Amino acid sequence: MAVLPADWPGGFWVHWGVFVVIIFVFVLAMVMGFIWFERRALGIMQARLGPNRAGPFGLLQPVADVIKLLTKEDIVPAKGDKWVHWLAPVVAVAPMLMIFAVVPFQGGASMADLNIGILYIVAVSSISVLGVFMAGWASNNKYSLLGAMRMVASVVSYEIPVVLSIIGVVLLAGSLSMQQIVMAQDIPFILLQPLGFLLFFIGACAEINRAPFDLLEADSEIVAGFNTEYSGMKWGLLFLAEYGEALAISAIVTTLFLSGWRGPVLPPWLWFLIKVGAVFFVIVWIRATVPRVRIDQLMALAWKFLFPLALLNLLITAVEILVFPAVSLWVLVPINIAIMIVLVILWSRLFKLGWGRVEV
Amino acid sequence: MVIKTEPFVVNFGPAHPSTHGVFRMRMTLDGEVIVDMEPVFGYLHRGIEKLAEERTYTGCIPLTDRLDYTASMTNNFAYVLAVERLAGITVPERAEYIRVIMAELQRIASHLIAVGTFLNDCGAFMTPVLYMLREREKILDLFDMVSGQRLTYNYMRVGGVSQDIPEEFIPALKKFVKEMPGWIDEYDRLLKENEILLARTKGVGILPKELAINISASGPVLRASGVKRDIRRADPYSIYDRFEFDIPTGTAGDCYDRYRVRIEEMRQSVRILKQAMEQLPKGKVRSDVPHLTHPPVGEAYGHIEAPRGELGFYLVSDNSIAPYRFHVRAPTLINLTALRDMMVGWKVADAIIIFGSIDICVAEVDR
Repeated sequence: MAVLPADWPGGFWVHWGVFVVIIFVFVLAMVMGFIWFERRALGIMQARLGPNRAGPFGLLQPVADVIKLLTKEDIVPAKGDKWVHWLAPVVAVAPMLMIFAVVPFQGGASMADLNIGILYIVAVSSISVLGVFMAGWASNNKYSLLGAMRMVASVVSYEIPVVLSIIGVVLLAGSLSMQQIVMAQDIPFILLQPLGFLLFFIGACAEINRAPFDLLEADSEIVAGFNTEYSGMKWGLLFLAEYGEALAISAIVTTLFLSGWRGPVLPPWLWFLIKVGAVFFVIVWIRATVPRVRIDQLMALAWKFLFPLALLNLLITAVEILVFPAVSLWVLVPINIAIMIVLVILWSRLFKLGWGRVEV
Repeated sequence: MVIKTEPFVVNFGPAHPSTHGVFRMRMTLDGEVIVDMEPVFGYLHRGIEKLAEERTYTGCIPLTDRLDYTASMTNNFAYVLAVERLAGITVPERAEYIRVIMAELQRIASHLIAVGTFLNDCGAFMTPVLYMLREREKILDLFDMVSGQRLTYNYMRVGGVSQDIPEEFIPALKKFVKEMPGWIDEYDRLLKENEILLARTKGVGILPKELAINISASGPVLRASGVKRDIRRADPYSIYDRFEFDIPTGTAGDCYDRYRVRIEEMRQSVRILKQAMEQLPKGKVRSDVPHLTHPPVGEAYGHIEAPRGELGFYLVSDNSIAPYRFHVRAPTLINLTALRDMMVGWKVADAIIIFGSIDICVAEVDR
């Protein structure tokens, strides 16, 4: 057994048990809340009501959905790979839950304050792709396979700008630990790292396949992508993984850029929830607004736009830290915002989303 | 090492979220790129042309409702026009105006669906289509007032329309005409200049001018390719020569132009509605025609500018109470013939929006 930190109440196993329960309850409750929230918010944005029958304001709608999913028949395609088909939702959900092990809900309140917290998140979150690809492969369905291949391509590409923009934050905080990163944010890093935030947010949206990068389950093109052949609770698990990842990304953005649980007056955990909800609202808002990009445009965006800008952002951040170690960080806020605006405008002049016709 | 790849065949449809009905495309894909595409028709074939030969001339009107069910009024219009030409029946002035008002309202309603679902195919998750259904709802309310129906109106009759418009119709129409331009501006503010939409639709699925003429395309698909042809101007029927309106055309013939042409046509329809509403005379709405029409032996072709293109009805009479031959020139079927040329070489995602930009209604394609 590892050495116990002094502030872990009740010893290693009690702490472990308590936090596993907290994380499960938190993730499940928040995902159900988010599903309700997304449907209501989308409804209002789309000039309709959204679910409002089950319970007050339709709050029990997710519960009703889960009951329906649990009682549905589980169908496995006749020529599908039965075991992989069964395993895929598990592989998709487990890493999503593991991410929350290092998410700081408030000061000192995380399951494990790993000193490589953010690195752990990057490593673990990539495993979900495997689950999605397994789902697409095992379904023995061409739509599913197309969706799964799109997923792998996009995640492999977007991992790079995402990690590069995280490094900017790590440079400023001087630590990989999620707790330390929050503690370092006397100024929220969204102000110090506006470009990094933009790149991270776009990249993260692509990684969790939210609009406008929801190509892998583009319902107007490939029906439902990788989960076309799933039904019942297996589909429910894939859905849980997807929304859990959206929740995880919201929590990570909150921690890295919005100074985590810190805020005046209100209790820390409430600040954390408010910020997570706000980030998720932006994700929903984008979904209600923009059309979907095409696969080659998705790739072009990652490699021609996000990747070079992430490198530049890293360079600028490093130079700033080297040159102005003593200057108050507030000075850098307007400078960095100006740099972001100039860079984004210049780069979008140089760069055009391609037309993409292939001669055959 | 070179990995050996081979193209594979994917069936899009007949039951697919984006085929707008039961249409099937057999696509040969090389990765995401379309190497070949073969449309398969006929899943919604109901034999309407044959069924019509067993019915009286008036009895055929409900059948025409069921051709292009998103534009029933214009189907009625084209059919009764053909019968009137066949039998030499004149239509009272007031009925002509009511017909034009209905046809233009129908054009707006149909284009709202076309543009909305097209943007939905582009991946704008449900928002545009729901905004546009909101306005379509108001048009359906207007139709409900005059015909009592919301989808299959069965409103026009040989020699006029089935009944006069109720009192509350004109105030409601005035309100609609006043508000509609603002709503069209709202749609434009939402997505007209959106970078992703431009990247997805500009230059995609080009239908060259020559090809469009060669396949005898019509409607917004033809006009987006830069051909200024509109039956309302080219062969004025009813009273369209009394109204002022422009014919919006595109230049490139791509998906974006087809989308823009439809939006602009909505504005022009509002213009026509405004004029027709002001000039609406009083009088009869139906001339005295016998219940069972016996047109003299002969043939007639009535065509109008329906929302989706040139809709024509070709009728042959043998002096009985039923048409001897009843043929529909369905604009969407003919527009679809260019589908393969427009699609090959593009990606799967483009195929969906190219198909959506043609705006078909399978009930009319298969009949």
